[in-house]
Amino acid sequence: MEDMGRKIVRWIVTIFILGTVLAALQRLLMPKYMDDVLEGGMIQEYYDERKDHDVIFIGDCELYENISPAVLWEEYGINSYIRGSAEQLIWQSYYLMEETFKYEKPEVVVFNILSLKYNEPQKESYNRMTLDGMKWSMPKVKSILASMTEEESFIEYVFPILRYHSRWNQLIPEDFKYFWKKEDVTFNGYYMRVDALPAENVPAGRPLADYQFGDNAYKYLDMMTELCRENDVELVLVKAPSLYPYWYDQWEQQMEDYAAGHGLKYYNFLEVTEEIGLDFNEDTYDGGLHLNLWGAEKLSRYFGEILARDCGLESRRGEEALEREWEKKLADYRAEIERQKKFYGLQSAR
Amino acid sequence: MFFTSYEFLGFVGVLFLVYYLVPKKVQWMLLLAASWIFYAAADPRFLIYILATTVTIYFTARIIERDQERQTAYLREHKAEMDRDGKKSYKESRHRVRFRWLLLGLLINLGILATLKYANFFISNVNGIMNAFGGTERLSFVTLVLPMGISFYTFQALGYLIDVYRGTVPAEKNFFRFALFVSFFPQLVQGPISRFDDLSRTLYAEHVFDARTVSFGLQRMLWGYFKKMVIADRILPALSCIIDAPGEYHGAYAFVGMLFYTVQLYADFTGGIDITIGIAQVLGIRLQENFETPYFSMSLKEYWRRWHITMGTWFKDYLFYPISICKPMQKISKFSRNHLGKKIGMRLPVYLSSFVVWFATGFWHGASWNFVVWGLANYFVLMISEELEPLYGRFHKRFRFSNTRLYNIFQVARTFLLISVLKMFDCYSDIGTTFRMFGSMFTAKNWNILWNGALLELGITAGDYGVLAAGAVLFVIIGILHRRGGVRERIAARPYPVRAVVWSVLFLAVLLFGAYGIGYDASQFIYNRF
Repeated sequence: MEDMGRKIVRWIVTIFILGTVLAALQRLLMPKYMDDVLEGGMIQEYYDERKDHDVIFIGDCELYENISPAVLWEEYGINSYIRGSAEQLIWQSYYLMEETFKYEKPEVVVFNILSLKYNEPQKESYNRMTLDGMKWSMPKVKSILASMTEEESFIEYVFPILRYHSRWNQLIPEDFKYFWKKEDVTFNGYYMRVDALPAENVPAGRPLADYQFGDNAYKYLDMMTELCRENDVELVLVKAPSLYPYWYDQWEQQMEDYAAGHGLKYYNFLEVTEEIGLDFNEDTYDGGLHLNLWGAEKLSRYFGEILARDCGLESRRGEEALEREWEKKLADYRAEIERQKKFYGLQSAR
Repeated sequence: MFFTSYEFLGFVGVLFLVYYLVPKKVQWMLLLAASWIFYAAADPRFLIYILATTVTIYFTARIIERDQERQTAYLREHKAEMDRDGKKSYKESRHRVRFRWLLLGLLINLGILATLKYANFFISNVNGIMNAFGGTERLSFVTLVLPMGISFYTFQALGYLIDVYRGTVPAEKNFFRFALFVSFFPQLVQGPISRFDDLSRTLYAEHVFDARTVSFGLQRMLWGYFKKMVIADRILPALSCIIDAPGEYHGAYAFVGMLFYTVQLYADFTGGIDITIGIAQVLGIRLQENFETPYFSMSLKEYWRRWHITMGTWFKDYLFYPISICKPMQKISKFSRNHLGKKIGMRLPVYLSSFVVWFATGFWHGASWNFVVWGLANYFVLMISEELEPLYGRFHKRFRFSNTRLYNIFQVARTFLLISVLKMFDCYSDIGTTFRMFGSMFTAKNWNILWNGALLELGITAGDYGVLAAGAVLFVIIGILHRRGGVRERIAARPYPVRAVVWSVLFLAVLLFGAYGIGYDASQFIYNRF
């Protein structure tokens, strides 16, 4: 009996040590997304936030690179956050929305509709950037199941070491540097770039065989609409003013019809670039795909006014705790602008 | 469901658990269900073929045994009435009947195998012959499924049928128990080719959970996964790079490719067998060993006693001996003894039988001429070695150094190189290319690839080479330890912390360095296709 007891203790100790080693290896091997590709580190930053936002933006790079929550706060007193990730698919947006509503009920959710063009799972690497950062919950499970490509296995999401084991061969200093703690790479979900690359030779859209958005994409848009309705949250659809990927007239028509049919607000910022004041020689950092800081701030000022006016969002400036929080965030935001200006040699430019 | 897939690990994990929870009497039924599920998961159509083999062999074996029983009863009943000649004539007539049933069983199953595996090979050869004679007609190739491990289960079932015919094993009366013998899932993928008298002892027995047996089985599986995933699959990209473009990768590359293939094949095949035997061991079932450190052999003959043992003994028992002692062979032997002398007369039947065996061995490995040439190349080397045996004897007597350890190491290295060269026929799958690549090694001017970094452009990194080198060293150490006694037993005799560290490190090595998951193509075991 005593011998059996000893054996059990030995097994428990062994499993504990092996489990700890495995957990440490998994932590080491998982990409940190801190130095080069930052887009994979954004989703998890939300969990450290105080969750009483007025507006939650959900979508892909057309949101997290084009909207600055700092400007919305500074100019309109709107407390907002962007739950964005690279090539975020519409079902991922839906499940992020479902998860967000477990934490908070914002006044408005803004969804960028470009992802409607995808009707089925796309790339594993992009899936990872959205899904790895999510905390475990039913929305995460459902999002994984909806997103997996044929080559993926659910168990690799449960135990990411099974996915990233081969990175032992590609470990870089950042893997060790950020082993214990990662730093925020966004400003309330906003991914900042201050450099500029003029939009020249933007390719025209190639004719498509079928312009109809897929059934699956529409299914999730319907689910979003319904979820917002159930939670008494206003859903606002937007199309960001990115010149590429091309936004077809046929797509635009479908969105206008959908919004009208479901009583939703829809804003296509591509149609009002002049009104916003965007100059694609200066306000984009990658030739028109995404706005840089200056473009994002212009768009945020423009959209902030719409949110305040059309959605009735009132300024929360003056709320002490929130002010304190934003004071710190704005300081970081400004410091990052200065750091990037220096980095890109833009000290005297703006 | 590959052995290396998550699904398979989940499948065996659940099976292990349920196996020891269900009543002991139904354990074998659970195994049969699991085996059929495993097989159907690969392709439900496969089940039709394995069931066809099961049904035909089961009934022919039963008929043969019943006939034998009837014969015995008849002779007992009519003992007084029959004289010696009458008995003999009766026995011969019954024997002919049983032989016809045996033949029927063999023809049906070899027919299935030949049709599914070799139909297109024959068509391509017929087309080649017609083309050579100026014919313009072409036979169309046929699209047929090739059931997983068909050569393995067919040979295993045929071995059983022949044993029943010979009266060395009793026919299994329960159809489902026999079905389990044919389709026991771990060995469906790549063997070993079990014998009924050996496997049935443990396959149908009731097994009580034994921690030591289960842990030994799991350890064996882990070692198999290490060989397959850390070594075989890691070296695969470089190997494919070399053999898929012989025009670009020749000379020193061909030499490197040859060595890579020898290592890859060993790690892949023995790794698979380790997993197979390990799974069986966890279930309390003992499977026959298929390898005995073959690359430590000092001659090709010894190598073939240590490599793919169950296939070798199958061919020996069911092909070599029957051919050696058949009437035509006896006539040839007699004729050659009379006309060519006693020495040749004794050897000729052996050489002729061996020729057939090696031709069949080559053909069994694959439906293409390169496998036949590979088999016959082995045959010629073995026969030449046999002929030179007296010369070796004199050499060893004359030179004392030939009995030293250093010379033994030389013999091992020489045999390893010889095996590697012969495997090139298997590796390149084209006879002309094999000869060209072999020749290019002797005219190569690109030996600098061994140190100028060119090997890092074959799809594997310096880190991969490091893992492979460490794996190769581990192979050698384990091989040496294995020859001195059981490795797992030795480890089990060490204190608990040592054991825990050894197995944990091996587990972590498979987990980290294994070639699996996204970015790696899950490669099937090479012998799976046979």
